[in-house]
Amino acid sequence: MSVKVLIPTPLQKFTRDQASIECSGGSITELLDQLEQDFPGIKARLCDEQGNLRRFINFYVNSEDIRFLDGPNTALNAGDEVSIVPAVAGG
Amino acid sequence: MTQATPQTLAPTCARTATFTGLKCKECGAEYEAKAIHVCEECFGPLEVVYDYDALRQTVTRASIQAGPNSIWRYRPFLPVETDTPIDVGTGMTPLLQANRLARRLGIKKLYIKNDAVNMPTLSFKDRVVSVALTRAKELGFSTVSCASTGNLANSTAAIAAHAGLECCVFIPSDLEAGKVLGTLIYSPTLMAVHGNYDQVNRLCSEVANTHGWGFVNINLRPYYSEGSKTLGYEVAEQLGWELPDHVVAPLASGSLFTKIYKGFQEFVKVGLVADKSVRFSGAQAEGCSPIAQAFRENRDFISPVKPNTIAKSLAIGNPADGVYALDLAHKTNGNIESVNDQEIIAGIKLLAETEGIFTETAGGTTIAVLKKLVEAGKINPDETTVVYITGNGLKTQEAVQGYVGEPLTIEPKLEAFERAWERAQTLERLEWQQVSV
Repeated sequence: MSVKVLIPTPLQKFTRDQASIECSGGSITELLDQLEQDFPGIKARLCDEQGNLRRFINFYVNSEDIRFLDGPNTALNAGDEVSIVPAVAGG
Repeated sequence: MTQATPQTLAPTCARTATFTGLKCKECGAEYEAKAIHVCEECFGPLEVVYDYDALRQTVTRASIQAGPNSIWRYRPFLPVETDTPIDVGTGMTPLLQANRLARRLGIKKLYIKNDAVNMPTLSFKDRVVSVALTRAKELGFSTVSCASTGNLANSTAAIAAHAGLECCVFIPSDLEAGKVLGTLIYSPTLMAVHGNYDQVNRLCSEVANTHGWGFVNINLRPYYSEGSKTLGYEVAEQLGWELPDHVVAPLASGSLFTKIYKGFQEFVKVGLVADKSVRFSGAQAEGCSPIAQAFRENRDFISPVKPNTIAKSLAIGNPADGVYALDLAHKTNGNIESVNDQEIIAGIKLLAETEGIFTETAGGTTIAVLKKLVEAGKINPDETTVVYITGNGLKTQEAVQGYVGEPLTIEPKLEAFERAWERAQTLERLEWQQVSV
């Protein structure tokens, strides 16, 4: 199933400067593996050595932070939009 | 979709930079001083690196005092190259000895750093925006932007107008009327987003990916956040080149809190003040207190929350610098406390009645937390405590509407006045008796 993924500027060098890509996966964890297949090297930027999502990166599924959903196990459906956003200062 | 890049303009001013680049706060990777804010290796925040040896050689108390009466007297400690930064009189706000508030609380040496009267838009945000927009011009941006809980929107729109920059700001659609009007008056493009601040922030990050604008709190963040250090420098200078014993400040993203500390540390490092351990205590509103919750539960990570509080300027449920603020409170033997909306309103009134300062909800939160800390014995009555008031009450009038009484409306006759005066005295006595009991 295809989902849309919004790529932050620091990762766009992995995605050939594309700010938005189509990818697949039934969950965030599966999506990360598929991203790595399509764009080698990208997963190591998003996850630490233990495979956990890095603490300064936020994942949103259809505008909702995955920490309010099921974290990395959050299910994905066709047509969902996943946004990867580095932490931002306050305002 | 194409990645827009800012047009690079030739520098027109003298270049006397004291900073050498950017460095990741987490893994130490180094970068050029461009418009980037996160490490490409680990996504840690980037911080400006200074040449402190050079600063020690060139900066003295006298050289600072000979500078302008604004944050730019500390220019060597700020990440700009120009000798003619955007100076709209920002900073050097009063440090007031708050004797009446101190007596009411039962402590002795209390100071208020009053950024409710900061220029030009009456909040501490003018400090960070003055630095960010000066740097934005140096980096060649012609359009600036931000995600804001209100104060940053006011400040970005105002200072962009002064500097002749195009401006587009994003706010949650439920902000206080004063903060919306106080942005619109400068004629930026104002986007009111259906969602909370964290959602506005996410949207802005997505816009920043595809538009080559200077977002003060995103791609200009390393420069922007340095402006808050001036709250540390000014207090040290205004205390007669000494550090206080204890600082109490509001916590939203956590950035301000950590930068006050950095300001103190830098002054120690270059020999402008003597070293001293300063305790750092933070204030949050109960309806949005992810950092206070982590502190209470002795966690070393922050779980995001959905904000629900009248303190909208502190309503950041996913604070980017939360872990650093948490760490700072722990390592300096400080505290992080939260207070509810009623306590926040009482805090606003207490500061107004004792010191003549009308602060917004963030200031009410800070005063209420100060009171709570004193009552819990967590502030030594003899230590020098500085409380940071970061915004002005005229912007959040809705919060205290209905809690400040009504004027006594009378006919223009002496007799009417006397009757109303007598009644007012009686009411005041009754109120006083209630409080005493």
